[in-house]
Amino acid sequence: MAEIKVDCKGETCPVPLVETRKALRKAEPGDIVEVIGTHPASKKEIPMAVKALGLELLELTEEGDTWRIRIRK
Amino acid sequence: MAGNEKNKATIIAHSGDMDKIYSALIVANGALAMGMEASIFFTFWGLQRLKKGGLDKGPLSKMNMFGLGKWMVKRKMKAANTASLERMLQDFVELGGKILACDMTMQIMGIKKEDLRDDLISDYCAVGTYVNEARESAITLFI
Repeated sequence: MAEIKVDCKGETCPVPLVETRKALRKAEPGDIVEVIGTHPASKKEIPMAVKALGLELLELTEEGDTWRIRIRK
Repeated sequence: MAGNEKNKATIIAHSGDMDKIYSALIVANGALAMGMEASIFFTFWGLQRLKKGGLDKGPLSKMNMFGLGKWMVKRKMKAANTASLERMLQDFVELGGKILACDMTMQIMGIKKEDLRDDLISDYCAVGTYVNEARESAITLFI
């Protein structure tokens, strides 16, 4: 099981969403994708995409302006 | 996801204006990212943007001011770290999006396959293909 990190700090719409999707497509079932970013809307929208894709949202944490989302494929 | 649920976005890119091509690509990439299928049907002025080197050559739809407005908007977009149209087009194709080129526009405007970015285009087609895609789509837009 691999852990894939996606750094989207400083990126804006639609990059965090698109980069998350690209990473999830490449991941194997069971792999964990961790996305870090600062774009406020993506913090809400990446979990929406995770739900629509039928995947598992493991964690959403925030530190200042930076959020971190962990997803299991 | 339910098997019979409509899960596709189909966009007609009729305008070749830079800001509208941005809208089309952002919505299409968003749809792919949210797990939908997506296709963009490039026609009329939109098709000009699929010419080699033409993707970001369109004017701004409003306040272009002979390119001054476009220059200012591009500067603001750079400051906001907005992705380039080229990057979004590449992402669109990487995520499985389909780029459709209108063959009637090619005929009317004398555009040949070799003028276009053929490597990115999945099909050269007409209205029937659009309707067939659109009838299966939950989202369809004319931009």
